[in-house]
Amino acid sequence: MAEIHFTSHLRNLVPDGPLSASGATVGEALASLLAAQPHVRGYVLDDQGGLRQHVCIFADGERLSRDSALSRRIGPDAKLYVMQALSGG
Amino acid sequence: MSDRLLVATRKGLFTLERKRSGWAVTLTAFAGIPVTNALRNNGVIYAALKHGHFGPKLHRSGDDGRSWRELAAPAFPADAAGAPSLFQIWSLDTGGRHRPDRLWIGAIPAGLFRSDDRGESWHLISSLWNVPERARWFGGGYDAPGIHSVLPDPRDADRLFIAISCGGVWETRDDGATWSVLGKGLVAPYVPPEQAEDSAIQDPHRVVRCAAAPDVMWMQHHAGIYRSADAGTHWTRLSLPCDDFGFAVVAHPRDAQTAWFVPAIKDEMRMPRDGALCVTRTSDGGKTWQIMREGLPQREAYDLVYRHGLGVDESGERLAMGSTTGSLWTSEDGGERWQLVNAHLPPIYAVRFV
Repeated sequence: MAEIHFTSHLRNLVPDGPLSASGATVGEALASLLAAQPHVRGYVLDDQGGLRQHVCIFADGERLSRDSALSRRIGPDAKLYVMQALSGG
Repeated sequence: MSDRLLVATRKGLFTLERKRSGWAVTLTAFAGIPVTNALRNNGVIYAALKHGHFGPKLHRSGDDGRSWRELAAPAFPADAAGAPSLFQIWSLDTGGRHRPDRLWIGAIPAGLFRSDDRGESWHLISSLWNVPERARWFGGGYDAPGIHSVLPDPRDADRLFIAISCGGVWETRDDGATWSVLGKGLVAPYVPPEQAEDSAIQDPHRVVRCAAAPDVMWMQHHAGIYRSADAGTHWTRLSLPCDDFGFAVVAHPRDAQTAWFVPAIKDEMRMPRDGALCVTRTSDGGKTWQIMREGLPQREAYDLVYRHGLGVDESGERLAMGSTTGSLWTSEDGGERWQLVNAHLPPIYAVRFV
């Protein structure tokens, strides 16, 4: 199971501490997590299911490019961080 | 007169009430989050948010702003041409007296969304999204075109008028099944001359109508101020003794001859002339204009008033005005004298008497 941490900016939507989700890619892990937490979906993904323009994801310490973040393959013990991109602030 | 005012700002939603000592903030909500517009309908307040990182959201309060619940924001369906993502909720309006439970959202990109269940669910009006003229629309102030004015017709439940920056003014007479572009007489100097009268590329900054005489509409256009006496089909450019650039306009709710605008130096500057803020009013259908400055800053003022930043109550006497520099004023006498409520609010996007 991947370990997913969310930015503290979303603390009123997701609890402190990591959540667990399974998936072979970042997108799959997020999809399984968002299925259980549907109120978070629109904060991370846009209308068409793409990563929001000003949200960025780190996988095992690497900042993923927005275009390919969701399709990045991850291992079973991946550590993901869903952060606000400073471009949006 | 209305004794309560909603003020949507770059850093939250403020509720103000008029006390014996004057207007005062009585509630704040969404501190730190941009609130692009707000509406009160049938005892419920709707607030449109635009998180910098996490996108546009919609919230609803049934207790006048003390508590809020998030609703699903409108979204473009995956099969909408171009499949865009909602960037901003720009306008929030009611369905008018024939459809009291209906709500309209005008968005950027220029989608028109309808709810018939108090905002629980929203549907894109695909007939408008699919008009071929949309290929000629373009953004004004934002990257994508957007809908900022949605005007139900109080006489006819199936008629609705909208305005798009930059996509002209449109009307449906069959409850959204089909749309016609209106706007004869509008002229756009920002395109090659042979396209200047193309109705589908006009930039109406804001359009309002007189509630008691709905055929009368007023427009602050990107280039000039216009009035229509036939519900938007034909427009006449009015001649003003001051700058005729700006964004905001409000119409007197009963007097079809009266409207207010907030002049600014035109598009390359967008600030008050000589640093002196004024409001201009006509009371004779646009033949003559009164320029009103009492109570407004007359030096070093850089206040710009956005499209929804000027409000009038149902009496036509009480006005409110909020600016980009976070100043808020009210007037009790039709704009002749203004009182500063607060000079230190966040940049103001919209004011609305409730």
